[in-house]
Amino acid sequence: MVEFAGWEMPVQYGGILEEHKAVRENCGIFDISHMGEFLICGRAAASFLDSLLTNSVTKLEGGQAQYSLLLNHHSGIIDDLIVYRMGAHEFVLIVNAAKIDEDFTWLRNHIPDGADEVALTNLSDAYAAMAIQGPRAPEVFSKAFSFPWEQRRNRIAQFDNQPARGGHPAPGGTLRSFVATTGYTGELGFEVLVPADEASRFWDSFVAAGAKPCGLGARDTLRLEMCYPLNGSDLSGSHTPLEAGLGAFVDFEKEHFTGRDALLQQKQRGITRKLAAIRVQEKSPPIRAHYAILVNGEKVGETTSGALSPTLGCGIALGYLPFPLAKIGQDLEVEVRGRLYRALVVKKPFYKPRS
Amino acid sequence: MNVPDDLKFAETHEWIRVDGDVGTVGITDHAQAELTDIVFAETPKVGSKVSAKEALAVVESVKAASDIYSPVGGDVVEANEALADNPALINQDPYGAGWIFKIRIADSSELNSLLDAAAYRAQTEK
Repeated sequence: MVEFAGWEMPVQYGGILEEHKAVRENCGIFDISHMGEFLICGRAAASFLDSLLTNSVTKLEGGQAQYSLLLNHHSGIIDDLIVYRMGAHEFVLIVNAAKIDEDFTWLRNHIPDGADEVALTNLSDAYAAMAIQGPRAPEVFSKAFSFPWEQRRNRIAQFDNQPARGGHPAPGGTLRSFVATTGYTGELGFEVLVPADEASRFWDSFVAAGAKPCGLGARDTLRLEMCYPLNGSDLSGSHTPLEAGLGAFVDFEKEHFTGRDALLQQKQRGITRKLAAIRVQEKSPPIRAHYAILVNGEKVGETTSGALSPTLGCGIALGYLPFPLAKIGQDLEVEVRGRLYRALVVKKPFYKPRS
Repeated sequence: MNVPDDLKFAETHEWIRVDGDVGTVGITDHAQAELTDIVFAETPKVGSKVSAKEALAVVESVKAASDIYSPVGGDVVEANEALADNPALINQDPYGAGWIFKIRIADSSELNSLLDAAAYRAQTEK
């Protein structure tokens, strides 16, 4: 067990490689209760979120999810998050565990004066969350729920808190439960938000339906193979969405969002560094964060995340490189304990899931 | 937890099997279980001279890199080449095929400061 943002979390239940493989080939379940959940309601909820987030929530219909970014005034990334639109005036945000307080304070402080049209609630302690991921996640879903599997990705629905066929109804829970076809592994799958005191009952029903318990270790190698950034490692207040390669999640057609002016200036000037996907070309140790990246023996950057890819069997990493070097096919070296290993900048993601 | 009675152990979880003046060194069953999936092993160069408790090899699991310390001083006479292609041998057979290096022991009195099986077992059960 390790401490992660104040939570005691398992790095692994059995072994990381086995758990990683379960998600790529079968189905795994992650306890993601450490993540934060905010509820944002009110007639001005959509315009409030559009004033702070880079993506456009007005593009979302009820029941749709969207990846988005919360920026500071210099266009640095405070957090990356998922917005779920529940209805015309109701949204759920899923934010990173380490950023719950900072995000919540930022949002609260930006509610327009006198706006009783935005109600913001931090439900992070009230909800438990689980991610069920892998090509066989729909089968697990069908065994655990009596309503049909949603084929489309990035959808969310409420459900009535009675997951397991033959299970017992929840005793008078006031919190609604949600299920969404989202995840952080690249595979088919779903995530559920349930009242915290219901968590173990749901966990058990998904495990009984065939999901293998997986820890933070596999969650990290799976997301890295997909080049999904991890805030605090690959993203920070001094990196912008354009530098992180997340321009697709920025809607410049919105007239305003916090950080837009600085980001637009950067877009017009051109970025000077970019987060690149780096694949080692020879047998190497696992690549880890803060390893030096070199070109012709000269240090040009360092890795922000890295691993020995369990699926590909080679070293993979993300790292910021000077923009001219962040092009596919660029030759690099990664230094591990004084030895240089040949590497290339490659196209993202490292791995394309089959499911 | 498998702790063979015929080996000596370091507090840092290495074992040594002595045959004449050469010792074979690896990590214990307890250590491999704690590290879990070992995905890389960096063995020492043959011919390198080390002191007791000096780091001379590295094993890496998915999540962490761990130094391996020599239980005794001497000259490295052999490294387990098989680990380059199959580092998981350390998990599968820590006291056999998963050995890491062999060392010509400079001063056999250093063996006396190592733990015997009972003492090592007691340490891991603490």
